[in-house]
Amino acid sequence: MTALPTYHRRMPTFWWLRKRTYFVFVMRELSSIFIAWFVLFLLLFVKAVGRGETAYHDFLDWAASPVVVALNVVAAVFLVVHTITWFNLTPQAMDLRVGRRPVPAAAVIAAQYAGLLVVSAVVWWLVRS
Amino acid sequence: MTSTQDRQETGTISVQVMRYRPDRSTPPILQEYDVPLRKEWTVLDALNHVKNEIDPTLSFRWSCRMGICGSCGMNVQGEPRLTCGAFLSDYAPGPIRVEPLANFPVIRDLVIDMADFMAKLPRVKPWIIRDDAPDDAEADGEIDGEYLQTPEELEAYKQFSMCINCMLCYAACPVYGLDPDFVGPAAIALAERYDLDSRDRGARERLDVLIEHEGVWGCTFVGECTRVCPKHVDPAGAIQRYKLKAANQSLRAWLLPRGGAR
Repeated sequence: MTALPTYHRRMPTFWWLRKRTYFVFVMRELSSIFIAWFVLFLLLFVKAVGRGETAYHDFLDWAASPVVVALNVVAAVFLVVHTITWFNLTPQAMDLRVGRRPVPAAAVIAAQYAGLLVVSAVVWWLVRS
Repeated sequence: MTSTQDRQETGTISVQVMRYRPDRSTPPILQEYDVPLRKEWTVLDALNHVKNEIDPTLSFRWSCRMGICGSCGMNVQGEPRLTCGAFLSDYAPGPIRVEPLANFPVIRDLVIDMADFMAKLPRVKPWIIRDDAPDDAEADGEIDGEYLQTPEELEAYKQFSMCINCMLCYAACPVYGLDPDFVGPAAIALAERYDLDSRDRGARERLDVLIEHEGVWGCTFVGECTRVCPKHVDPAGAIQRYKLKAANQSLRAWLLPRGGAR
């Protein structure tokens, strides 16, 4: 086939600011960095607990410093974004059926929140007792 | 014929059309045309009005005017649309910006080069793959009979078979925009359409193509393909389901090296 002389348009660097849905997508992708931060934070916490009382108190002092508190607030916001966006996408990725009938999307999303609630309750109960 | 009174004309609307003339070797420019703002007119009607009454040099593709041929896809106000289904009144008072489908090279004005899509489509083998004869074929090996199917079996893939190859999903997909090697939404949805078909036996062959990095794993689930699809095919859903299937198969092949792969 003859190659046609064509004009190639380049995607602008800030393409994700041009549409709300693109922006939400990029924020969703970005949120995983903050999820990773929380995992690291938790591991550091467990390590501090393992090393004894002084290390534990040092960790608490560090965690209460303004920079870490600010970072954790931002991370918590992204955690919510992460949870909501991925829960909303699950029914599209999973073709669940009961018998022949497809499970309604709302039921799949509700089941995830129910699961989150149960896990949170168990964690809360563990921490309290 | 429509009489003048029947036409619900309420002034004019400005249409800004992106124009690229390969013979002039200059970057595309926006050219503005004023067209009658009629209640029943679509963007495609406006373009045809421009071509017939104002500027015959304007180039664009169209055919059926009823959302089934998939020829008239363009970016209207930055959004990939079938122009035969995009009504002028929805963009009033205007102006309406009409550009060629994003992410494709432009041949001239609103005409894009679809060679890349045409090359990708057959790679996923979007046809029924069988090595045996149909149920009612003659014993002499002639393959021209039917493969029977129940309504439930039809229902399993029907949604994905509604694709009209209009390429709006490719124009909406930032992954394809950034990495043109990505197989893309419509092709993967079509692969899923044949995988889900009870008459087909080609899932294994398609998996070999789609399991590569440029296949399903290139997709980051932006979901915009599904939002712009005029036929509600849901390519994003098809791709994620394919990922689940592929992951399942890999896991099974790893756990059951001899009996896992089916």
